[in-house]
Amino acid sequence: MDRANIQVDSAGSLRHFLTIEGLKRALLVELLDTAESFAEVTEREVKKVPLLRGKTIVNLFFESSTRTRTTFELAAKRLSADVININVPASAATKGESLLDTLHNLEAMHCDMFVIRHPDSGAAHFIARHAAPHVSIINAGDGRHAHPTQAMLDMFTIRRHKKTFQQLIVAIVGDVLHSRVARSQIHALSTLGVQEIRAIAPRTLLPVEAASALGVHVYHDMHEGLRDVDVVIMLRLQYERMQGGMLPSEHEYYRLYGLTEDKLRHARDDVMVMHPGPINRGVEIDSAVADGPRSVILQQVSHGTAVRMAVMSRAMQRSTVTGSVRESS
Amino acid sequence: MSERLPKVDEALEGMARKLADMIEGGGPEEPLMIGIRTGGAWVAERLHVGLSLKEPLGMLDIAFYRDDFSQVGIDPMVRPSHLPVDLDGRNVILVDDVLHTGRTIRAALNEIFDYGRPASVKLAVLIDRGGRELPIQADIVGTELHLKNGEHVKLQGPEPLSLELRSEVDG
Repeated sequence: MDRANIQVDSAGSLRHFLTIEGLKRALLVELLDTAESFAEVTEREVKKVPLLRGKTIVNLFFESSTRTRTTFELAAKRLSADVININVPASAATKGESLLDTLHNLEAMHCDMFVIRHPDSGAAHFIARHAAPHVSIINAGDGRHAHPTQAMLDMFTIRRHKKTFQQLIVAIVGDVLHSRVARSQIHALSTLGVQEIRAIAPRTLLPVEAASALGVHVYHDMHEGLRDVDVVIMLRLQYERMQGGMLPSEHEYYRLYGLTEDKLRHARDDVMVMHPGPINRGVEIDSAVADGPRSVILQQVSHGTAVRMAVMSRAMQRSTVTGSVRESS
Repeated sequence: MSERLPKVDEALEGMARKLADMIEGGGPEEPLMIGIRTGGAWVAERLHVGLSLKEPLGMLDIAFYRDDFSQVGIDPMVRPSHLPVDLDGRNVILVDDVLHTGRTIRAALNEIFDYGRPASVKLAVLIDRGGRELPIQADIVGTELHLKNGEHVKLQGPEPLSLELRSEVDG
């Protein structure tokens, strides 16, 4: 089954938002443009528009999250939708049938959209394939597979600073191989047409052949990899990898791959430093860099709401009628 | 059919004259002009210059306030609204190109009140073509136009401004 195709309807409009892979550049640009208008809304006295009034959105989280769930909730509320948060501890949920049972029960309550985070790769696609026709599914992170709204808010942040994508060299540093954020970022960056995407990581976390399949240039040395980059995206070090013997000690990792002012000197002067959070200070990034003038980490969080408003509202519009003529009145 | 259509320049002049009379005749003090994108914004830009208004011009994009989202979705050309000054206690002159059903103005008023509480809002339109579906009337009208059902008039721009008549074929 073609995973990308169920995201758009026959007219090319967004139905679900599951992965960046397979989406056209025009659609990504449209999402970024719409988010720009929503960003203005979030700066107003009344940070709310009536667009999704009467709709019900369920945040269905099978994995813990603060930032992502909060910004999805905020986005839904600023669109005037009603929001329900359901946190299902991973241990309490079994795969397959019970997931569908949960879905069908919520559908029976006339919910219109599900925002899903799940530890299994492909969970959002699975639910989208079984959802009722009027229900939209937004992937808020599934296993190692994808985290498309995070990638889009990163693209939004990059575009705000750099204006265009064409000339950019972007380095993604850390556990690229196992990161759903990195995977979605790579698809978004290449669809939007950046000049070069680099992955900088230890060999254990980034076999060369795996990276070349994604179309990125692989570096194992920070000094080389950061040379002349416009954007550096740090990934969170996932401790379970360290326990699995894939990495040297925390101290050694920081020495080799931790982002410090010293290493950052190899990048361009106007480099922007990004991190999807939560950050491990002193592990993958030095506090002086994370809090420094080139860091846009908190801007990324702010942009999360506007970008998710754009994704939710686009997915909720039904394109059977989007072709109709607009008249001024 | 186009000979039936009014001249944009003449309608604009009419609007400007009536607005000037209203302002000079003790109308809204320090009026704040706001144009509705896209046609209303073009009209407002010209009036703002023509009347030498001191306050900066505001722009409203009502895409997020339309009442037909579930039918037509969001306009892909949506752009951020831009209201450069605080609306509380201000006298607003809202400008649009064509007044028809009144639904655009309803949406614009709702959006304006999400920004603040203006002291007053006056509505100025280039063309009133009738056909209201809501109890909304303009204070200033450039010109009136009588159209048949299924006919629509659209302002083309930004340079030069011209009117275009479109017929909707039923079925």
